[in-house]
Amino acid sequence: MSDMKIDKKNYASAQEVKWCSGCGDYSVLKQAQLALADLGLRNEEVVFVSGIGCSSRFPYYMNTYGYHTMHGRAMAIATGVRTQNPELSVWVATGDGDALSIGGNHFVHAAKRNMNMVVILMDNRIYGLTKGQVSPTSDKGVITKTTPYGSIDNPLDPVKLALGAGATFVSRSTGKNQKLLRELLVKAHQHKGFSLVHILQNCLIFNDNVFDRYTDKENAEHSLILEDGKPMIFGSEMDKGIVLDGMTPKVVNVADVDPADILVHDATNEDSILPSMLSSLPLDKFPMPMGVIRQVEGECYGESMRDQQEQVTSKLGSGDLQQLLRGNNTWTVA
Amino acid sequence: MQVKESGFENVVIRFAGDSGDGMQLTGTQFAAAVAQEGNEIVTMPDFPSEIRAPAGTTAGVSGFQVNFGKSNVRTPGDFVDVLVAMNPAALKVNVAVLDKGGAIIVDTDAFNAKNLEKAGYESNPLEDGSLEDLEVYALPITSQTLEALKDSALSKKDRGRCKNFFTLGILLWLHDQEPDYSIDYIKSKFARKPDIADANITVLEEGIAYARNKGVPQAQFKLSDKRLAPGEYRNLSGNKAVALGLAAAADLIGLNLYLGSYPITPATEILQELAVLKNYGVKTFQAEDEIAGICSAIGASFAGALAVTNTSGPGMSLKSEALGLAVISELPLVVVNVQRGGPSTGLPTKTEQSDLLQAMYGRHGECPMPVVSASTPGDCFYQAIEAARLAVKYMTPVILLTDGYLGNGSEPFLVPKVDELPDLSGLKREVEPEGFSPYRRDEKTLARDWAVPGMPGMQHRIGGLEKDYVDGSVSHDPVNHEKMSLIRQEKVDRIADDIPDLEIFGDQDGGEVGIFSWGSTFGAIRGKVEKYRAEGKSISHIHFTHMNPMPKNTAEVIAKFKKVVVAEMNLGQLDQILRAKYLVDSIPLTKIQGKPFREDEIANVIDKLL
Repeated sequence: MSDMKIDKKNYASAQEVKWCSGCGDYSVLKQAQLALADLGLRNEEVVFVSGIGCSSRFPYYMNTYGYHTMHGRAMAIATGVRTQNPELSVWVATGDGDALSIGGNHFVHAAKRNMNMVVILMDNRIYGLTKGQVSPTSDKGVITKTTPYGSIDNPLDPVKLALGAGATFVSRSTGKNQKLLRELLVKAHQHKGFSLVHILQNCLIFNDNVFDRYTDKENAEHSLILEDGKPMIFGSEMDKGIVLDGMTPKVVNVADVDPADILVHDATNEDSILPSMLSSLPLDKFPMPMGVIRQVEGECYGESMRDQQEQVTSKLGSGDLQQLLRGNNTWTVA
Repeated sequence: MQVKESGFENVVIRFAGDSGDGMQLTGTQFAAAVAQEGNEIVTMPDFPSEIRAPAGTTAGVSGFQVNFGKSNVRTPGDFVDVLVAMNPAALKVNVAVLDKGGAIIVDTDAFNAKNLEKAGYESNPLEDGSLEDLEVYALPITSQTLEALKDSALSKKDRGRCKNFFTLGILLWLHDQEPDYSIDYIKSKFARKPDIADANITVLEEGIAYARNKGVPQAQFKLSDKRLAPGEYRNLSGNKAVALGLAAAADLIGLNLYLGSYPITPATEILQELAVLKNYGVKTFQAEDEIAGICSAIGASFAGALAVTNTSGPGMSLKSEALGLAVISELPLVVVNVQRGGPSTGLPTKTEQSDLLQAMYGRHGECPMPVVSASTPGDCFYQAIEAARLAVKYMTPVILLTDGYLGNGSEPFLVPKVDELPDLSGLKREVEPEGFSPYRRDEKTLARDWAVPGMPGMQHRIGGLEKDYVDGSVSHDPVNHEKMSLIRQEKVDRIADDIPDLEIFGDQDGGEVGIFSWGSTFGAIRGKVEKYRAEGKSISHIHFTHMNPMPKNTAEVIAKFKKVVVAEMNLGQLDQILRAKYLVDSIPLTKIQGKPFREDEIANVIDKLL
């Protein structure tokens, strides 16, 4: 942390931002720059790595080290950065197609290894840069250029996937909820391990209003903002809550039940039963969970690699090149 | 025994058995033992792609061939003098490689009706006269092994597994070799299992005694009058040599080595070797797939490592998009391709040189990359250092081509002194924030500045989009793209000023025939050319290590020969390149059988030209 007060301009590069006017990516960029300022990170210690897609232009707009790489491979490249130098602050900017379709394998493995990096997943449920094709998170039935009669494919939920792969920090926000988004980005970075920030954000051009259900004020019925240790209450009047009826979650009117019966959020429980339940709620009957869904501690791969290297070196001593070249079995020809 | 008597040049022995019989170990141990005596050796493992195919079947036969002699041993040998066949299937698969008059040692215990049937024999070849031209030593190896261990506490299965060391004992006796080296090896290999070590040493010594008592004749040779050059040697396979070369290069340059890799035959040994070297500052990352293997290496390079990825066959295809990223990002990276038979899964455990055109051109866009190749297992060490040197000096990905034959084969390697290795200190240029731009270039090499995350004042963004020539920002300007394409090409072309000229082995002023080759065909071609020249023929050998760019004198050397022959284990890939670049009406000499050239195959083409 620096004593100097840093504002978000410190993290903006000179490059002109070229997303469509009104694109949800602007909000994410702004909140990321604010989060870096909140965290007081030195510009040179931060690396933004991205894949391909609208959201992957992100690094160009950050006054940090940045690498705009290949479609789907940002997490694999970020893994190399982070394992080579575990002192760096590594961020991945990616989208639904980039992270979950072509890059799905790297997403799963980065989560499983608990690679210490923040993954900013900007999910607009559409391929934007190729001008409007169905994406891995698109709803079944959606009409796009490649699904003119409606998509016959099932959507993939990155929160469920991350939980299944053992991610230690899983969170979600809309792009419009700037306060929550900034808070999550800060928390994600402070967390030691793989940190997913799943952002529901609008594509003005090819998939406008897809998340209105979760962003419009009059639709507050459909979002549940989780707070650790707090009861799960939601609704525009904060009059609804979630209870368990046996193993089955139910939405109730808060007034109708004993307040002690309302489920209390616990993101830090070692098991992932509650986060898994929250990520599996059918959204026609339940609100979409937002905030920190899971946050548990775990060993990080990059740090473990460094630690193992240090342990082996302290046990065997620093390697001597000449000895390495000789090996253990030599013979001499006179 | 008809094994070559004194005055022999070399002896070729092939060990063959079930995949689980330990023939690779027996062969390796025998090779190491004869190398101790100052022999030249070349070895070639020959195993199936199945790990343990059903016991007793021809699909499961694993072989290990060693050629040793006093001088000019350059290949694993075309034909075999002694075949060790641990079962009928091993005999069936290998009997064709025996010269008439060669010897066979078989384990008679394995020649039962069941195994004969599995191997597809209708009658027992030990009894039906089909081997009458050969000297057959039918020995009850399994039962003698069990007999030798009758007092051992080991299980019958474990006792039976010692038969490969009994076999080794027979071979050591046959070639009058001392068992000391093998005994030391067993003691260190089974240091934690002393009962197994004792059992193996017992059967090794029993094997020697049994051969002596049974009157197996010793070949009348004890080497040797002409030997390897004086010095300290170790046995080294090409894969191990690549690993050592990369570790050495990182040490010499002053960077830490980072390998991003995914298991694939026959390249995986490089990952395994480097994974051990954590106390040498080496980091190895076994990735989730081939793409993540190279991508993690590119990420590590971006963050300041000497980064490497290694693979074979299909893995190289998977990496090609990322190679493009490394080229446009102008980051140092070494890509080791241990070539194998293709396309697709092809012949995964067999050798081939069929990825040359892919290495040269197999990427989208104008995507030039330096390519170097190794000629012998030991040369893999030096070419790995060369690939790393070019990568860091010129800020570029470099492909190092070896192949299955080099990777798995081994030879005595003269241990170099560290201070005699290339001086690579200062290869990595210091960069300063003053006037920094990510694409600021060194005037001579055209290498761009390598600022890595953590360095203050040099934050920058690079990536797969075309960059502005001056400030490195994203640029779609058409003229700028052409300028950048040309500078990337120019950078690779300038390497020609920094590599050795082609050398002519033979007639310096040229002559009738020049055989041009590259990679692992070196030994086979050089050996045959030496024989032709001893007969007074006008034939020379020119061997490439640098495939892109090619040495500056290539055109001049080609022009010296009336007939230019291009020898390679593919359908004529270097031939196509030389034709296209140098307008030469060259003659291809090719083979694509997953096996190195034999002398007679070279002669079939060359005899007609001389």
